[in-house]
Amino acid sequence: MARNKWRLLILLAVVAMLAAACSSSSDEETTTTAASGDTSATTEAPAGEPFKVAFVYVGPTEDKGWSWAHNEGSKYLEANMPGVVITRLESIPEGPDSQRVFEDLAADGNQLIFGTSFGYMDPMLAAAENYPDTVFMHATGYKNSANMSNYFGAAEEGRYLSGMAAGARTESNLIGYVAAFPIPEVLRGINAFTLGVREVNPDAEVQVVWTSTWFDPPKEGDAAQALLDNGADVIAMHQDSSAPGQAAEAAGAGWVGYNTDMSEFAPNSWLTAAIWDWGPYYLATAEAVKAGTWTNEPFYGHMSDGTVDLAPFGPSVSDDTKALIETRKQEIIDGTFQVLPDPIVNQDGVEQPLGDIFSMDYFVEGVIGNASG
Amino acid sequence: MNDSVLMLTVMAAIGLGTPIVFATVGEILAERSGILNLGVQGMMLFGAVMGFWATFQTGSLWLGVLLAVIAGAAISVIHAFNSVTLRVSQIVSGLALTIFGTGVAIFIGRAGSSPLVGRPSREIFEPIFPQSFADIPLVGPLIFGHDALVYLSWVIVAIASYYLFHTRPGLTVRAVGEDPASAEAAGINVSRVRYIHVMLGGALAGLGGAYFSLALVPSWQDNPIGSAGWIAIALVILASWRPWRALWVAYLFGAAGRVNFTFQTLEINIPSNLLAMLPFLLAIIAMLILASGKRARLLGSPEALGVPYYREER
Repeated sequence: MARNKWRLLILLAVVAMLAAACSSSSDEETTTTAASGDTSATTEAPAGEPFKVAFVYVGPTEDKGWSWAHNEGSKYLEANMPGVVITRLESIPEGPDSQRVFEDLAADGNQLIFGTSFGYMDPMLAAAENYPDTVFMHATGYKNSANMSNYFGAAEEGRYLSGMAAGARTESNLIGYVAAFPIPEVLRGINAFTLGVREVNPDAEVQVVWTSTWFDPPKEGDAAQALLDNGADVIAMHQDSSAPGQAAEAAGAGWVGYNTDMSEFAPNSWLTAAIWDWGPYYLATAEAVKAGTWTNEPFYGHMSDGTVDLAPFGPSVSDDTKALIETRKQEIIDGTFQVLPDPIVNQDGVEQPLGDIFSMDYFVEGVIGNASG
Repeated sequence: MNDSVLMLTVMAAIGLGTPIVFATVGEILAERSGILNLGVQGMMLFGAVMGFWATFQTGSLWLGVLLAVIAGAAISVIHAFNSVTLRVSQIVSGLALTIFGTGVAIFIGRAGSSPLVGRPSREIFEPIFPQSFADIPLVGPLIFGHDALVYLSWVIVAIASYYLFHTRPGLTVRAVGEDPASAEAAGINVSRVRYIHVMLGGALAGLGGAYFSLALVPSWQDNPIGSAGWIAIALVILASWRPWRALWVAYLFGAAGRVNFTFQTLEINIPSNLLAMLPFLLAIIAMLILASGKRARLLGSPEALGVPYYREER
């Protein structure tokens, strides 16, 4: 009995200490809010004070994928903007609870906050309303407000070119595509990839499997294996892990990655990938916010400005294919070739208007799978 | 025949189920001695990173496995100390172990100037029999199509089952899990039995973790195991604390994971997010059926599971 009483006392003491710690830190937060509210009313940070920028990632920064690419961009910003202080939060789940994360960062005096996943869109919009003096930048979405905007890049340009490499590689004429969620960004990528495949190999088809995850290596590897089991001999992906590539390597199939050069995971399978370079854009945005010249105009990067590029080719890509891809790449950069044509032939073989690519909800001809998941 | 959807699904089920078999059998051993350990996810991740590291350093898969086993057992001592010696809430201690193990694994993976994270494994567990064996219809893939750890998992299941139900020390474990006071009266050292079985559970969880980082997704990433540790804890109940059943339910779970993708490749039109829920739905439904009312006792849930044992309150 005595023992229990002691335990209760200790528990109470711990709870009390925790409560004390929490309340003092929230005091701190409110004071910083007030301070930053005063200073950034003019949007311009006073000289000598650090310019604080925060990045919120959906996955680990070490995934060698999507979040990794954004984190490389943040490092570029850090290296090229004197006096910038960067906060990085990784593996932050999407959904309503992320609003608290964005508000904490704003309260902590960050003048510019980047959120790099689609599911942050509405939480960021709500946070932006509560912190009107902070600039919120949302990647891959389509909503903006007075102090929030969105940015993304034409991954489809790189996807199209990587599709050409896949189309040249396949012998079974079935290419597997491990995809995360049926949202416009992913559908755009699949469609551009398929058009690239069929430019060099009109008989090939692209089979899509949805995983409902961005980063879950065992599941994404298994999805690739299911496609290989079904006869695919090239695996493409819209995922942040390298597991689909390792499945392809074990099966002797080809692999088109995404986000970064992941060839190390599957040196024989590796063909190429659409990759990102966010650094210059992050630097330009931070400088605009600091100088007070930022506007909520959305940004859409292209191959021509270097935001999107193509990773180095793997050993099995022939010189002929490389030459073909390089030619197309130059045409894309010059603006003489549109990877998504208008009108476009849909999955049912019917020609239809391209429509707004940011709300794309259909597959093109040559894709096997369900565009609504 | 070996390329049939059924056979491929069974093979996927075995591959995806094997790490969960290790972890589930380990948790069965711990729970049979009366200790609920919710730290499986943390122990698996710690084993996964240590195993990966050892293989990365030495190029030896088996040294990786050995270190994973040692690492899992070592980290589980924290839970044994908390729950057996300090007698704190096993739920809280187990959850803390998951958080701690996850954090330590990520930390180790990122430590140093050339960190482990984002690297493929130097060596990979691959099927041990030649392809010609695996080409034999039906039995080929099922019997000869696996890597060494799959066979090891079968051996461990057989040993664990025999140990628990056909040996005197096994009887001792079950006695401690059912009624520690009576076991103590019969001259059994309850604390020692519980320490040992929590550590055996940790060792097997570590081994399960290494199966991910050295065989299934042979790489180190911050979390290469998904939520396998949590699934293992749920499957203990589904397996009603019996090792052989653990093997089948783990494979069933693996198959349920694959069915989502198989249905999609066969163009069977069911929304994929519903299919993605299937394994979890299956686990919840089965647990509800099994654990409701009087059946719970028939399941063989150890009577003293999760209850701290005080000698002086006998």
